[in-house]
Amino acid sequence: MNIVIVGCGRVGATLAGDLDAKGHRVTIVDISTRAFERLPATFGGNAVRGDGTDEDTLRRIGAAEADVFLALTEGDNRNVMAAQLATEALEVKQVVAKINDVVRAKAYAELGIATICRTDLMTHALLGYIGLPVGPTPRIREAAPHTHPDGTSPVAAAIGGSTVGGTTVGALPTVEA
Amino acid sequence: MFVLVVGGGKVGYYLAKELIEAGHEVVLMEKDPGRAAQIADDIGSIVIARDGCEGNHLAEAGCERADVVAAVTGDDEDNLVICQMAKHHFDVPRTIARVNNPKNEALFRHLGVDELISPTRMILGSIEQDIPVHELLHLAGLGGGELEIIEAQLRQGSPAIGRAAREVPMPEGCAIFAVIRDDVAVPVRPDTILTEGDKVIAIGRAECEVALHTQLIGDPDGLQPAGA
Repeated sequence: MNIVIVGCGRVGATLAGDLDAKGHRVTIVDISTRAFERLPATFGGNAVRGDGTDEDTLRRIGAAEADVFLALTEGDNRNVMAAQLATEALEVKQVVAKINDVVRAKAYAELGIATICRTDLMTHALLGYIGLPVGPTPRIREAAPHTHPDGTSPVAAAIGGSTVGGTTVGALPTVEA
Repeated sequence: MFVLVVGGGKVGYYLAKELIEAGHEVVLMEKDPGRAAQIADDIGSIVIARDGCEGNHLAEAGCERADVVAAVTGDDEDNLVICQMAKHHFDVPRTIARVNNPKNEALFRHLGVDELISPTRMILGSIEQDIPVHELLHLAGLGGGELEIIEAQLRQGSPAIGRAAREVPMPEGCAIFAVIRDDVAVPVRPDTILTEGDKVIAIGRAECEVALHTQLIGDPDGLQPAGA
């Protein structure tokens, strides 16, 4: 598989190393070259310095051809934006964003982005470990079926409620300026 | 109106101040406690020292009853998320985002942000009007950026000079609707004759730019897209 990872933190770097070792084509992006020091010495994929929330950067590294796009930076909002660029502008089929704020993670799953929430995962694991009752194990929240918010073009929506719709221009009353 | 302003930089601060003076109910969220305290000293206890990107904090600030949410932090990704959360999670009727990278405008519009304010674009537009490096100026974008209002000055050699407006071949979906002649705006009728020096105001789909350039100015060689 062709996999793009945005954010070379601990999770991003470990995952990139694993996927590379399994023979996948991996491209990892981070804003700082120092972050790439976390990659294993054996890493044979591409490590590119750049802004993963910038459409031009994502296109340059070939993210439009990715099978999987994982947004794993330390910033929830950067992940949200990178994931939405990948979904909407680059039309990548499988996109996951790490969102640590529980409320945002749930909201974005409803908006069509698959999300993984470290807060949920850790809370669950810790409660279980100390023997307190827990609900079902949190998983990646599946993206809701993707639809454009209103299903219409912005122009159509903007003029849809106009009371002059359907009138020929010549029939509109003239008003002196 | 109840306006929730997120981001207490210069823009957020002056925005909140003006809104209060205009008699609106305002809450300002600023995540840096020092900056929040500084603003609160000046404009009162409407400042919440919390990160407006967090769902819980937006709820505490009363986001679900806001009429307008204005996300004016210095980071585009934060402004996008604030507006999306406000719109889709808290059902806020109107969201406004400050956009620093003009290239993000299309994405933000597509993702449902109601209004975009792009200081970069405004300054760019202003520079282009002062120094007409492009003969075709972008005056405004409409309807999610699909339509553009442009201004083209008819110089010597323009194929449109001496023709009536109806004789100028317009790409489908484009129309000339006014000219500025001797600093006076004149509505264009089908029989209005275009003359040298006219500034033609036209509306059209963004992808018709080259065709409009050819018809109003001439050879489009050297045409640079705005913002390039």
